[in-house]
Amino acid sequence: MLYLFAMLVAAFTGILIFAGGLVTSTESGLSVPDWPNTYGYFMFFFPLEKMVGGIRYEHTHRLIASTVGFLILVLAAWLWRAETRRWVRRLGYLALAAVITQGVLGGITVLWYLPDPISIAHASLAQIVFCLTMTIALVTSPGWKRAYATNGPAPDDLMLQRVAAVTTGLIYLQIVVGATMRHTGAGLAIPDFPLMFGQLIPPHWDSKIAIHFAHRAGALIVSLAILATTGHVLYHHRSRSELRRPALLLLALLATQVTLGALTVLSKKEFIINSLHVVTGASVLVTSLVLTLRAHRARFASEVRRADASASADTRIGRLAGDHA
Amino acid sequence: MHPLLRLLACVALSMAVIGAACGGGASEESTAAKTAAPVTNPVDPATASAITGVVTLQGTPPSSPPINMSSDPYCMKPGAATTPAFVVSDGGLENVFVYVKDGLGTVKFPVPTKPVVLDQKGCTYDPHVFGIQVGQSLDIVNSDETLHNVHALPKANREFNRGQGLKGIKSTTTFTVPEVMVPFKCDVHKWMNAWVGVVEHPFYAVSGKAGAFALAGLPPGTYTIEAWHEKLGVQTQQVTIGAKESKNISFIFKV
Repeated sequence: MLYLFAMLVAAFTGILIFAGGLVTSTESGLSVPDWPNTYGYFMFFFPLEKMVGGIRYEHTHRLIASTVGFLILVLAAWLWRAETRRWVRRLGYLALAAVITQGVLGGITVLWYLPDPISIAHASLAQIVFCLTMTIALVTSPGWKRAYATNGPAPDDLMLQRVAAVTTGLIYLQIVVGATMRHTGAGLAIPDFPLMFGQLIPPHWDSKIAIHFAHRAGALIVSLAILATTGHVLYHHRSRSELRRPALLLLALLATQVTLGALTVLSKKEFIINSLHVVTGASVLVTSLVLTLRAHRARFASEVRRADASASADTRIGRLAGDHA
Repeated sequence: MHPLLRLLACVALSMAVIGAACGGGASEESTAAKTAAPVTNPVDPATASAITGVVTLQGTPPSSPPINMSSDPYCMKPGAATTPAFVVSDGGLENVFVYVKDGLGTVKFPVPTKPVVLDQKGCTYDPHVFGIQVGQSLDIVNSDETLHNVHALPKANREFNRGQGLKGIKSTTTFTVPEVMVPFKCDVHKWMNAWVGVVEHPFYAVSGKAGAFALAGLPPGTYTIEAWHEKLGVQTQQVTIGAKESKNISFIFKV
């Protein structure tokens, strides 16, 4: 149940990121000037018929954000009550702290008229919250707890661990650059695709063109990193479904994301495409994170041994988990 | 004192200090304006002159399709409003802000007590382009039965964003320094925008029917007159006028 609930929280966090993308894409961030109230109403009592124009996006984003905040609070409490692994409980507390910080950042970015650094921090921290909720979902999953034992011991492939971790880090950096591009209004600083002003390298530069160029160059680097990771998985660990599946999903998401990025430019930032680009980027990140964590699963081997010991010592209550390390 | 209370007191003190540091802007200036000695009009009516003229548009203006207001059912009611950027009547270009940019020296002019009114009517701003003096009150009114936010995006003055959720609601503000132009927008209704020219004197006008404008009551002198259009930029020209003289000038914008 805890795992299913954690999955639900992670899914809601993904939806929240899409809703946040819609707010930015429709430039509705300041359509509700006050915070935490909405036009003087307590947020949850704001009349539905007044949700017009940009308010629809901004207020809906706030409602979903409140829901996610509440869900993470419940998740953290649940982990505190039921989770035996201290580090997993701590992940819950960290997620709660992150989502509270995220809410405050969202509030002050409205009250301070969307200053770029705050808005970028808000967008970047959203990804961290998504990563945390997804990590909690992963490590509370039955597959993680039994260490994918049905496929034999988890591989301790140092190369895979490194390349996957680097790939995840690069994807996060790329998302931060993307957030910087969005919030500084550089999304169309280079108006054509795949060329840049008809050339391979922009013929002239300013700060916005540089940010936009960095995002395109970042896309290339991230693509290579993802190809390296997934290639490694498919070549060396094809039989392990817990690695093969996220690797294939990562490839599919990468193709989708690059297409959406191109369409964002070519459609002159059509707001649905633009928002899908944001949430697909987040999906690329968490998929890579899942792959990375599974690649590191062997490092948690002691956890399995202890779980086994605990299970055999206490079979009457059927307890399976158990690691306080 | 209990440590928690001490912490709360520190937070409150910090917020007060930050608030005082960041506060500034309009309210402080308006207090200063209230306490300052009143300024009388320094222009001698016996020698006052006028600059009149027209703003014309050369070329075919871009078409102005009806604004899609479907994001708010209320806004659909008033009818098909069009974008007010290129309003041409009798060959003249409307909504051009014309003002004395330079030539008045350090002369101070009285601040009008009558406020300028910016109305939100039919989900558009009325007027679309207007002028105001530094320190003069601007009453922002919502005549619509829907929500608007009034978001001013000045560079030199202080940005503000106020929600107006009810019909008839009014909020008042002032600008503390000259700035041509300050854009207004409604983030709820993307098509809504307006522009205000903030100047230190009363010599400004917005071109109306047939692109006509008039700057009356000017003291004799040589002035730089600037005309500003939201899409076509600015034009300036030097004008010298004598006592009781009236001069006719024209600005021609090309598309």
